[in-house]
Amino acid sequence: MADFPLNPKQPATAAMAERVVNVKGRSLWADARHRFLRNKAALAALIGLIIISAFALFGDYLAVWSNEELDFNVMGMIAEEGGPSFANGHYFGTDDLGRDLYARTVQGTRISLMVGIVGSAIAVVVGTLWGAVAGFLGGRIDAVMMRSVDILMSVPYMFVLILLLVMFDRSITMLFLGIGLISWLDMSRIVRGQTLSLKHKEFIEAAMAIGVSTPIIIRRHIVPNLLGVVMVYATLLVPNMILIESFISFLGLGVQEPLTSLGALIAEGTKTMNYGTLWQLAFPLFFFVMTIFCFFFIGDGLRDALDPKDR
Amino acid sequence: MLSYVLRRLAIAVPTLLLLIILSFLLMHAAPGGPFTQEHELPPAVLDNLNAKYGLDQPLWQQMASYVWGIVAHFDFGPSFVYKDRTVNEIIAQGFPVTLTYGLLAFMVAALAGIALGVIAAVKHNSWLDYLAVGISIGAQVLPNFVMAPILILVFTLWLGWLPGGGWEGGQWQYLIMPVIALSTSFLASIARITRSSMLEVLNANHIRTARAKGLPERQVILRHALKPALLPVISYLGPTFVVMITGSVVVDVIFSTGGIGKAFVDSALNRDYAVMLGVTILVGALTILFNLIVDILYAWIDPKIRL
Repeated sequence: MADFPLNPKQPATAAMAERVVNVKGRSLWADARHRFLRNKAALAALIGLIIISAFALFGDYLAVWSNEELDFNVMGMIAEEGGPSFANGHYFGTDDLGRDLYARTVQGTRISLMVGIVGSAIAVVVGTLWGAVAGFLGGRIDAVMMRSVDILMSVPYMFVLILLLVMFDRSITMLFLGIGLISWLDMSRIVRGQTLSLKHKEFIEAAMAIGVSTPIIIRRHIVPNLLGVVMVYATLLVPNMILIESFISFLGLGVQEPLTSLGALIAEGTKTMNYGTLWQLAFPLFFFVMTIFCFFFIGDGLRDALDPKDR
Repeated sequence: MLSYVLRRLAIAVPTLLLLIILSFLLMHAAPGGPFTQEHELPPAVLDNLNAKYGLDQPLWQQMASYVWGIVAHFDFGPSFVYKDRTVNEIIAQGFPVTLTYGLLAFMVAALAGIALGVIAAVKHNSWLDYLAVGISIGAQVLPNFVMAPILILVFTLWLGWLPGGGWEGGQWQYLIMPVIALSTSFLASIARITRSSMLEVLNANHIRTARAKGLPERQVILRHALKPALLPVISYLGPTFVVMITGSVVVDVIFSTGGIGKAFVDSALNRDYAVMLGVTILVGALTILFNLIVDILYAWIDPKIRL
């Protein structure tokens, strides 16, 4: 009578078969995205970061003044006239020289974000490769590679970074280079640890058994499996890089005028806070704190989202 | 234990030597000598200066005498900018100051951070816990160079309770703000690490056993839970100390405390390479020393490490 197939899961019609084919398995990344978007703090931080990035990239279009122009109307009476006002186009007020703080905050945010992202990118490339190679090859090569990381780690990096900046030139390239030199150390340790645990998994053994060469195993099988951990730490590294750059710029040794960064702006705000021009501290500080907060929460959210233990 | 200490020493000493040699070479790779000025000096004067500071000798000889001076006599040579001062004098002037507020800040951060973390973990999910977590997140985005101006703004400019800077031989009024500015973000990190590791330990079997035996809760927490929970905290303390010394640069600049950070920034702005090098090497030595102490402490608490 009823001609149901013996196997109930077997699709009876072509339409049903198509539906079965169309049911997608959820990949690790789809899963992670789902969990990340459910995390309210992380999502809010992501939106916040997008707004801050938009401010840094496109804020110039709203500015009435450029970051180098001096406004002679407010000069000499910054405390009375230089405050935030829409009437004269200084949305965030002016600094003590009469330069528009809005334009300067836009520029400072842009440079701080750039330093953070470049520093973190260098850490990802160098640190991942260094750690993956050391962990995968093991033995004496591993010992030498990790010992050199240990030695570099016991270098007082902030002092050496300032030393480098003073001796060569105080340019933004040198700053990038110096920050890049130190940022990858932690990353390489984390990646090495992860690689060591991956190394003895069956799929690596299988790849070795069919004669895949070591560089290709590292590139195609080890590194993609490290991506989750690397992504989390790269996100958490960005605020740290911003902190380092701000620290150096705060001392007046980093980014040089007319360029500026949030650290340099905070330093200026600090020096002038006695004169009743608190907006000079408040606006850069606000963007600084928000940027760092956003990156921390996104990093935390990513860690929760990508941690397979949690499932 | 002794062999472990010796093995760590065998790594620490060459690291320090390497640091000295590398920074020395770096100084010589820098473009321009210490006597490069806007007005070119007559060659005879330059020769005399070079002879006085030993810069006419071959590089390896200069390096050997520099390294030997540091290792054997703890002598960092003369300053390149201040004619009548040696690097040693400059360091000797600032270092005690930095050490005073640095160690105080370190102690505050460690003790208060651990206490806060333990309380948060023991009262998990209570308002105390949320308060502690809130503080530690907030403090993370307030590095010392942000914290210090805010402190001055509130306590000096608005309330007028504390002097805004100076040292005056380290009287307590002058110590409070530098110590708070320096310790806050580390206090927060230490509290966070202590809390999470304490939460983990409190769920362990040996704690359940201790409770089942009927031990008072105080003893369970202080004797059975705290010791294993402190391991990750201790490994964090080594780097912390160093970052604090780095932070002293900002404290010196903002509070005019006159510590070693001031000497470093001044020499950086004056291009006084000899002082910069001296301070860098001193801080490097402290870094290595502190990592060594932490390693040994770690091995003492956790016998598995000694192997």
